[in-house]
Order: sequence, then C-alpha cells, then structure tokens
Amino acid sequence: NMTSISEDSDKEKMRSVSVDLNNDASLVIDIPDALCERDKVKFTVHTKTTLSSFQKPEFSVPRQHEDFIWLHDTIVETEEYAGFIIPPAPPKPDFEGPREKMHKLGEGESSMTKEEYAKMKQELEAEYLAVFKKTVQVHEVFLQRLSSHPMFRKDRNFQIFLEYDQDLSVRRKNAKEMFGGFFKNMVKSADEVLISGVKEVDEFFEQEKNFLLDYSIKIKDATAKAEKMTRSHKNVADDYNHISGALNNTAADNNTAFKKHLEKCAEVFEKLRKVEDRMASDQELKLTELLRYYTRDIQAAKDLLYRRARALADYENSNKALDKARLKGKDVAQAEENQKQCLQKFDKLSESGKKELTSFKARRVVAFRKNLIEMTELEIKHAKNSVSLLQGSIEILKSN
Amino acid sequence: MRSTGSYAHQRCVACAQNISNQKLVQGILDSIPSPEAACLSAEDISPSSNGPRDDDPDDLFAEATEEVSLDSPERQPILSDGPSPAITPVTPVMISPRVDVFDRSPDQDEDEEENRDTFDIQISVSDPEKVGDGMNAYMVYKVTTKTSLSIFSRDEVCVKRRFSDFLGLYSKLASKYMHMGYIVPPAPEKSIVGMTKVKVGKEDLSSVEFVEKRRSALERYLLRTVKHPALLKDPDVLQFLESSELPRAVSTQALSGAGILRMVNKAADAVNKMTIKMNESDAWFEEKQQQFENLDVQLRKLHASVESLVCHRKELSVNTASFAKSAAMLGNSEDHTALSRALSQLAEVEEKIDQLHQDQSYADFYLISELLGDYVRLITAVKGVFDQRMKAWAKWQDAQVMLQRKREAEAKLQYANKPDKLQQATDEIREWEGKVQQGERDFEQISKNIRREVGRFEKDRVKDFRVVIIKYLESLVHTQQQLIKYWEAFLPEAKAIA
Repeated sequence: NMTSISEDSDKEKMRSVSVDLNNDASLVIDIPDALCERDKVKFTVHTKTTLSSFQKPEFSVPRQHEDFIWLHDTIVETEEYAGFIIPPAPPKPDFEGPREKMHKLGEGESSMTKEEYAKMKQELEAEYLAVFKKTVQVHEVFLQRLSSHPMFRKDRNFQIFLEYDQDLSVRRKNAKEMFGGFFKNMVKSADEVLISGVKEVDEFFEQEKNFLLDYSIKIKDATAKAEKMTRSHKNVADDYNHISGALNNTAADNNTAFKKHLEKCAEVFEKLRKVEDRMASDQELKLTELLRYYTRDIQAAKDLLYRRARALADYENSNKALDKARLKGKDVAQAEENQKQCLQKFDKLSESGKKELTSFKARRVVAFRKNLIEMTELEIKHAKNSVSLLQGSIEILKSN
Repeated sequence: MRSTGSYAHQRCVACAQNISNQKLVQGILDSIPSPEAACLSAEDISPSSNGPRDDDPDDLFAEATEEVSLDSPERQPILSDGPSPAITPVTPVMISPRVDVFDRSPDQDEDEEENRDTFDIQISVSDPEKVGDGMNAYMVYKVTTKTSLSIFSRDEVCVKRRFSDFLGLYSKLASKYMHMGYIVPPAPEKSIVGMTKVKVGKEDLSSVEFVEKRRSALERYLLRTVKHPALLKDPDVLQFLESSELPRAVSTQALSGAGILRMVNKAADAVNKMTIKMNESDAWFEEKQQQFENLDVQLRKLHASVESLVCHRKELSVNTASFAKSAAMLGNSEDHTALSRALSQLAEVEEKIDQLHQDQSYADFYLISELLGDYVRLITAVKGVFDQRMKAWAKWQDAQVMLQRKREAEAKLQYANKPDKLQQATDEIREWEGKVQQGERDFEQISKNIRREVGRFEKDRVKDFRVVIIKYLESLVHTQQQLIKYWEAFLPEAKAIA
C-alpha cells in the first residue's frame, strides 16, 4: 500500500527536535514528500540554494534510508571531521507496530462487526501515518543538521546526496568496500574505558567527560521509561475504543429511551479515545522523540571525546617513541615529525571539540525548552478539550 | 464519612511506596477473585439449619418447595407494583476505594419521592478486623444499619459479621425465594487466593486492597438485598442486621453465590432432561429469556473491556511514576542549571500525575468494573429464576400425567370388583386433582412474580447505569481538571529555561 504526506501546517510543529536549523537561506533543505511502498520509504529531498557549488538553484531527488546511512558513514570516516560532533544517523523506519496490528486485524476480521473492523482499520491507518511522519522528521533533521554546519554543508558527498539525480546504490556498495566500516566497526565498549582513562589536564574536557558519561546513561533510561509510559497511554485509548464498541452492542438490544442513552455513552468513549490518542501521540513526539534524539546526539558527542582521547593516546605514544629514538640515537627526526603531527592533530581536535561541545549544549537546551513548552501546551489543550467534551455529555445524559 | 475507611486508604498509599511497582500491579490483578467456588452438596447442609433438607438428593429443590408453602402467612410477599425504594447512601462519592454506587442523588425518579418516607434505610459495612491467626483467621466486618422503618427494633444498630455469615444469609434467602420467582441478589464470591494472603498476615497493599474490595462488595450486596421489598421484611435479613449473635452458617466451605446458582442450574438441567421443551404459551417469557441471554453476553464483554482499562490505567500509573524517577535523575545529571531545574519540576509533575492515574483506576474499578461484575452475577440469578418457572411447569405437567394415570387405574378397577382398592384409587384421584390445581396455581404465581421482578430489575438496571455513568464521567472530569492544573503550573517553569 502507498501512503504519502505533503506540506501541511503540522510539519512546522514537527521539526522541533533540533532547532536553529534552516535559518540560513543559502542552503535550505526539507523533505516535503515521501512514499511508502511495502516497507520501503522513498523520501523526496528538496533543496533550495544560492550557493554556486550546486548546478541548479532548486531541485529534488528521491532517496532511501540506506542513502542517508551511506552519507552518515562517509562523514564519520572522514578524518578531517574528527573534531566535530557528527549528527547521528536517522534510525531505520520501523513499521513493526502497525504491521503487527494489521496482522491482528486480518486474523480477527471474522470475529468483528463491520463497524469495529472499519474503526480498527482507521486506527491502523492513523498509526501508520504517525510512524511515517516521525521517520520523515528524523531524516529531515539529519540533513538540516548537516546543512547548518559550516564544514558539513561543504562536504562533497553531501552535495552528491542532495544533487545526484541517479541511484546512489552503486556508490553505497563502493563505499562499503573502500572503508570497510573502520570507524563504525570499532568496538564501542572500548570508548568508555578510553575516555574515562584519559589523564585530563583540560578542566573543560574533564567536566564534559564526566557529564557526558553520566548523562548518556540517564537519558537512555529516561527514553525507555518515556516509551513505556506512552505505550500505556495508547493502551488506555484502545480500551476506551473497546468499551465504546461494547456499549454500542448493548444499545442495539435495548428499548428506545435507554438505547439512546447507551449510544450517547458509546459516543463519549469514542471521543475520549480520540483525545487520549492525540495526547499520547503528542507526548511521544515532543517528549519521547526528543529524548530519543538526544540519546543519539549524546552518543555522537561521546564519539568526539573518544576520537580526541585516541588522539591524545597517539600523542602520548609518539612522545614515548621520541624518547626511545633519542635514547637509541636512531630515526630521531622521523619521531620528532610524528610527535609534532600528533600534537597538532590533538590540538586541532581539542579546539574544534570545545566549540562543538559548547554549541551542542546550547542547542540541547533550546530544543528541550521548545519541546517541553510545546508538550505542556498540548497537554493543557487536550485536557481542556476532554473537560468540555465530558461536561457537555454529562449535561445531555442528565437531561435525558 | 467513615474516618477509619479513609485512614485505611491513606495507610495503603503510604505502604505502597515500599512495595515494588510490579508487585503492586500483580497484587491488584491477583486480588480480583475467580468465579470458581465450591459446589453445594446436599449432604453439607445439616437438618437443623433453616436451609434445604437432604431428603431427595435428585430433586435438589424438593425440600425447599415442601418447606415453604405459598399460603404460609409470614411468607406473604409484600410486593409493591411501584418502583423500588430509594437507597439512601452512606458515603458520598470520592475517587478512592470508598466509592459508593448507591448515592443520594436528589434529582432521581420522581417516583422515589413517594417511597422515600416509607422506605428509609442506610446500611454500611466497615472496619474490617482480623480475628485469630494463621489459616484459621478470618475477617470480621461491622454492619451498621440506620433506619426509621418500624420493622426494625432500633433506629440504629451495629453488629459484627464475617464473610460466611453473608453467604449463609444468601443461601437462606435463595432457598426460600428463588423457587417463587424472586430475583435474590447473589452474595460476593469467595476468593481463596485473596483470603489466604490476608490470613497469612501479609500487610501489603494487595491484601489491603482485597479487603477493601470485599468490604465494598458486601455493602453493595446488603443494599441490593434490602432494596427488594420482600427480602427487606424477611426475618433472616432482620436477624442478620440486628441480632448480636448469629448462629454460624453451617458449612463455610460450601456456601457461595456461585455454588447456589450452580445448584439451581443443575436443577434446570434435570428439568430439561425429563421434559420436552416447554410449550411456551407466553411470548413475553420467550422474548425476555432471549433478551437476558443477549444481555449476559454483552455485559460480560463490556466487563472484560473495563477490566482491561483498569489494568492498563494501573500500568500507566506505574510507568508514569517510573518515568518521573528517571526524569529526576536526568535533571540531577543535567549540567545546565535552568534546564536541570525544569527537568526536576517535570519529574514532580509526573509524580503527581501518576497518583492521579492511580486514583482514576480506583474509580474505573469501583464505579464501573465492580458494578458490571455485580450485574453479570445478577443476570445469572435472573436466568435461574426463569429455570425455576420451567421446573414449576414441569411439576404441574407431571401432576397432570399422574392424575391421568390414576384415572385410568380407577377406570380399570371399576370392572375388577375390589371395593377397597377402588376406594383407594378414588382417594388418590382426589389427591392428584389437588396437586394439579396446586401446580397450576404455583405456575401462575411464579409467572406473575417473575414478570414483576423482571420489571423491577430492568428499572433498577437502567437507573443504576445512568447514575454510575454520570458519576464516572464526573470522575474523569476531575482527573482532567487536575491535569490542567498541574501542567499550567509547570508551563512557566519550562518557559524559564534560559
């Protein structure tokens, strides 16, 4: 089946996980459209630019999730960018939830009434759409992070990604062969040990290291707990749905006066379900997605620390090698050159790392603020809707 | 408002903090009793009790029928054709385990105005107390009756009763009235799991909740029982409510609502086996029976959905609490001061919200889920009463068959010239003519009673539902209003992040 979205006002609210993006008119990127074929999502990446490095001022290309991953990986593997926080790769589109529900729907079709089936189908479509919107958002933000970064926006592969009007699959295959996923395949558990083992002289990095190590654990936990909470919320909405159906069934058999009463009750529960569902979805988008995104971003920041720690280790090793060379009186010049380069690399990483981590904090704070405010405002809005819906219904039921 | 009750609630909230969240949910789920209960066997009932005697093990209701004659003066049912008396409540509605279904709502049926003065009775079940230790321990409840009715000796009386006393009362009422077509409200179900925890002395949340659930169920049971005009005047009911000493119900193992009803249904099966399908001359009965069959299915489905809601709402509460803790930890870890403070505030809001969800789940449970459960059991009682009518019909038919046989026998004896035997045969014919007449009267009486009972039941059902649904929606309004309050308080905190 095919689902697609197009420009709508909701989207503005959705692009809120990362902020301060797209405010530079020289390179504006968005994903205005996407198609879902079976489980493959085709994103339409749309670019508007005034930069001369591009062939046209405005253009669109179709891209798959794997293309985004390729772009992310090439950037990670690029030595020059070692001192930057690399925007986390968007997660794979996950339609498992709605797919499971569709399966259940198919199986239970015979045991449901026509109305129940139609209702469930509607819910299923809404859920599908929600997953869809989420995945579009997260892919879009990835590109916008790149376009708003002074170095990444100039990256050759980024330009190819945006502009190249052919299939990228050949390039993807070549890239795999070339790099062999060197950085990616490194044992991640070594990170923690290496980072914490660094003898830090720089107060800034010492603080950042302690902060990031602890925060990454806490935010991962908060994400998991937020997910569970949202899921429970959705279960409650589901129950309202079943109660509404059961009330309608009971109404069918009753005498006229009571029948109307029951039908009205069924209607109330149906409306409650809608509100509860919206509450849960909004909470997910604003809170859970926020936490998910920053869990990934914190990991990207940790990766930067890791690269710097490795550079420091290299520098310390080069010092030892130089001492050894001087002792032996052999290859001293070479060792001196090596040591100089290691130091340069380390210094460069430290300098850009400091800038990146500082702007990262600012970005994070702004994003949390925006999302927490939006979430709270939506919660209030939905609760107020609930109250007026309930009070209105109570009036009607009392007067019957 | 009973202070001990709400104190119990506060206590259980306090100790909830010490219990792991998983246990909390599981405990609540455990405490919902299964409908399984021991079967009533005829041998269990001693002849000295007021209940059925074990003359004829096959005909389980023979004893009851013989013992209670419809002409007996004290059994004269005081039935009004009007609506049932108003129930005046004891506790106002709260979103706590002390929620009452039967609330004083001044703008109910106008019909109630007439009856309000004549039928005025309040019953409360409170102060559960554990007596004894270990597996022999049991809970004792205080039953307080406040009334202006003259059939009671005092206008306020308190007695102590245990669970098996309630079961005993139900079994007596069922054996006296069910065969007449009265819908006798069933007593609450036994729960081996629930009670064992209480006996063993676990002072944890699930035991406290179980006891509260039972207390509430016992209260609803008594209120429903006295709501029935005939049962209200029954001496066993009066004795139960008033007398300080009650002879112990003979078999605590066997007596339970489900047990009685199973017995009734067994009788119905026996009836079905020995007769052909009853020629239903009255379409009303056929229609009604079908209606109750449908209602049974629908209510069970609705009940199941509500039970699912209770469960998920509790999970939501637990997960919200868990997230609150996690958000607090995140706030502590956050090195940006303003954001750190906001996250801590968020944690506090979520903690308040988790309590809100928990309270709402009590409302879900006590207002709707328990009520639906009561009605599912009541419908079984209604179906039982229809079966009683079939049995009465069968008895009448059997008498007719017997009469016919006696007539044929007499006719044969006419030609045999055996004057003694002929006389005996003639006597027997008279006897069976009497039985046929009685059978017909009984059948007509039970049919009449059932019509009245069903009418009353339907009215009550509709009224109960209307009252409860409004109460429930009001509880939802309360929750949402609290949510608005909490979030509006948090908003400036979020905006203060700089």
